[in-house]
Amino acid sequence: MKSDVLIIGAGGAGLTAALHAKEKGVSVRVLTKEYPTRAQTCMAQGGINAALGNNGEDSVAAHIANTLKSAHGMANEDAVRHLCQSAPEAVEWLDSIGVCFSRTKDAKIAQRSLGGASAPRACHAQDYTGLKILHSLYDKCLSEGVEILNEKFLLDIITNEDGVCGVSVLDIRSGEVEIYESKSVILATGGYSRVYDRYSTNSTASTGDGIVSALRAGAKLKDMAFVQFHPTGLKNSSILISESARGAGGYLLNSKAERFVDELRPRDEVARAINEQILNGEEVFLDIRHLGEEFINEELPQERKLAKLYENIDPLTDLIPIKPVAHYTMGGIEVDKNSSTCIKGLYAAGECANHGVHGANRLGGNSLLELIVFGKQAGQSAAAYALAHNAAHTAVENIDVNKYAQRDDENAIELDFYKIKEEIGELFYKNVGIVRCEKDLLLAQDTIKEIQSKLYLMGAEDTSKIYNTNRVEFLEFKNILELCAYVVREALNIKESCGAHYRVD
Amino acid sequence: MKITIQRESLHSYEVDLEDVTLLEVLHKIKHTQDSSLTYASGCRSSVCGSCSMRANGREVLACSYKVQDGDLIEPLKNVSVIRDLVVDMDKALSFNAKAKAWSLVSGEVNSVSQENEKLNEVQSDCILCGSCYSACPVYAVNGEFLGPFSLTRVWKYVSDVREEDTKEKIDTIQTNGIWDCTLCNECTVVCPQEISSKADIEKLRARSAMDGYFDPSFSGGFGGGFSFDGSPSF
Repeated sequence: MKSDVLIIGAGGAGLTAALHAKEKGVSVRVLTKEYPTRAQTCMAQGGINAALGNNGEDSVAAHIANTLKSAHGMANEDAVRHLCQSAPEAVEWLDSIGVCFSRTKDAKIAQRSLGGASAPRACHAQDYTGLKILHSLYDKCLSEGVEILNEKFLLDIITNEDGVCGVSVLDIRSGEVEIYESKSVILATGGYSRVYDRYSTNSTASTGDGIVSALRAGAKLKDMAFVQFHPTGLKNSSILISESARGAGGYLLNSKAERFVDELRPRDEVARAINEQILNGEEVFLDIRHLGEEFINEELPQERKLAKLYENIDPLTDLIPIKPVAHYTMGGIEVDKNSSTCIKGLYAAGECANHGVHGANRLGGNSLLELIVFGKQAGQSAAAYALAHNAAHTAVENIDVNKYAQRDDENAIELDFYKIKEEIGELFYKNVGIVRCEKDLLLAQDTIKEIQSKLYLMGAEDTSKIYNTNRVEFLEFKNILELCAYVVREALNIKESCGAHYRVD
Repeated sequence: MKITIQRESLHSYEVDLEDVTLLEVLHKIKHTQDSSLTYASGCRSSVCGSCSMRANGREVLACSYKVQDGDLIEPLKNVSVIRDLVVDMDKALSFNAKAKAWSLVSGEVNSVSQENEKLNEVQSDCILCGSCYSACPVYAVNGEFLGPFSLTRVWKYVSDVREEDTKEKIDTIQTNGIWDCTLCNECTVVCPQEISSKADIEKLRARSAMDGYFDPSFSGGFGGGFSFDGSPSF
C-alpha cells in the first residue's frame, strides 16, 4: 500500500491538500476515520474571510490588522500576511469548483460581519458554509480520482532516520491493523475541543488523534493551552449558534433583560463577559427576535432548526438560552512556512496544525480560510518533497502490529472510561476553561495524573473485531488524556493572561 | 421508556430519559448499559449525515428524532449492515462518481446572481445521509440505479450557471438513471434537509428532452418516444 503523498483526514484541509498534491502529478491517498463529508468542517456556519469588499469597503491590510489584534500579539505576522493575502484567491478557487455561496443583488459573493472584523468580510452560504465547501471539495476529489479510504483510525506515524515513511491505522470495519507506506504524510486530523467533552460545539470525533500521534513521533506542539470558547453554544446541548447572529445585530441579554457587553468584540472577550454573568447567577440569552422572520429564514435557517430541536424554543419569538463552550483549539502541531513539521516529510494543515495565524485567539471566519490556504500549501509542499525523494520507498520495517492488541495487560476492567471522560470534560470546563488560576489548574493536573495512573484499569469491554466503536472510543479517550496532561501543563507555565488563556490570579 | 433495537436480533432497553433525541438515548445505552451497541454519530446537529437509521420503519437522523416509548430502531435498508445500526455507505456514495456529479468549470467563472443561486440552494444542502437510498423502492430492486442523492447532485451542477457544458452529465444519467425512477416521492418524504430528489429527477428529464432524449420505456412500441397524441413522453 504505497503512495507518494498520504493524507490523514478528509475534512476541508485534507481534501484541499489532496487536490493540490494531485495537480503536481504525484499519487495521493486519503485516509479518514469517518467519511469525508462527516468531517468537522461541515459544522462551520459563519463564513470564510476574504477582503473582497463586496458589501462595503475592506482591504487585505484591514484583514491582517484584525487578525493580529485578535491574536493578542502571539501570531506570526508573515503567516498572517500570507493567509490574508491568499484569501481572495482561495474564495475564487472555491467559487470555481462549485461552492454555492450566497450572493448579493449585484451577483457578487455575499459577505457578512463577524466579531472582531472591521468590515463585512465572511463569505457564506446561508449558515451552511462549511457543509457546502466540504461537499464541493469532495465532489472535486471524485472528479480528479483521488483515492479516499474510509473508516481508518490513525494509530502511529512511522518514521526512520530519514524522516517519515508511513502510518499504521486500525481498519475500523475489520478490526485489523494496516500499514500505509508513503514518501510524505500530511496530517489534517482536526482539533481537540472534545477534551471538554459535552462542553464543546464540536463533533464527537474532534479528539486530536493526529496531534497525539505526531507528538509520539517526535513533532513539536505549540500554544496548546489556547482554546477558543465560542460565546454562543446552546445551553443544554452546546450546539453552536453562529456568530453571524450577533454580526447581524443579535443581542446578548441576562435574566434581567439587560445587555452587558458589546456583542461584536472578539470571542474571548465576549465569552468571558458571559461567563461572568453566569457565575453571578444570571442566565444568558441570545436575542434575535428583532431581526425578523425573513432574515432569520434566509441567513440562519440551521440555527432556527437547532434551537427548536434542542431548546424547544423558536428564535423568532423566544430568547435563546446560551453558554460559552469550547469551539476551536488554537494549539497544534508546529509547522513552518511550508506547512512542514520538524520531521522530514511530515506536514500538517487545518486545525491540527499551528501555522501561527491565530495566536491567542482566532478571528471568526479565519478557520475555513486556513483550511483552504494551508491545505493548498501542505499539498504542494508534500508533493514537492515526494518528487524530490523519487528513489524507492523507504520500507517500513519491524512494525509489530501485535502491540495494538486490544489490551496491553491482563487486568480486569474496573473503571468506566466513558464516565471518566465526562468527568474530565466537566473538570476542564471549570478548571482549564474560560478563566484560569493556579489552584484550579493544579487540581486539574493532579486529577489527570491520577487518572493516567489508573489507565490500566480501563479498557474496551466489547471484544468484537468487527466495527468496535467501544474500542475506537477508548483509543480516542487515551488521546484525550494525553492532550489534557499537555494542555494543563502549558496552562500552568503561562502565568500571564493572553487572549483565550485568561489568568485571574 | 423502552426502545427496541434491531441488532443481530432484537434487543430491548429501558432508559430513564424523556423528550430527548434518539442519539442521546443511544449514547446513554452505550455508556451505561451495553458498550457493544454500535451506531455512527458525529455532529449532533444534522449536518454530518452519520446517524441516519430507521425509527418504526421511517428513515430519521438519530440526532434530530425525538424518541417515543416503544420505538423500534433499525438500520437503513438497501445497504449492507456492518454491525447493528452501522451500514456500509461506500456503494451508495460510489454513484456520485458514476453519475459524474461534479463541476467541470474551467477558466473564467460566470457570475452567479441571487436568483441563480436559489436554483440549487436546497440541493446543495444535501448531507449524504443515505436516507433516500434506504427509502427508494427502485434502488431496492435495481442495485445499479444511480439513486436519489446522486441525481440531485447532478441537478445541482446541471442547474448551476457556472457550468457551461452539461451535455456529458445528461448523457451519463440516461441508463440506470432518471428514467428508472417511478416518481413515488418516498425520497422527498424522508429527506432531513427537505430536498426532493423526485422533483430534481423531473427537472433532469425535462432537460434531457431538450437534449433530444426520450423516456426509453415509450420508445419502440409507441412511435419512437412520442405518445399517442404526438407529444414527447417525458
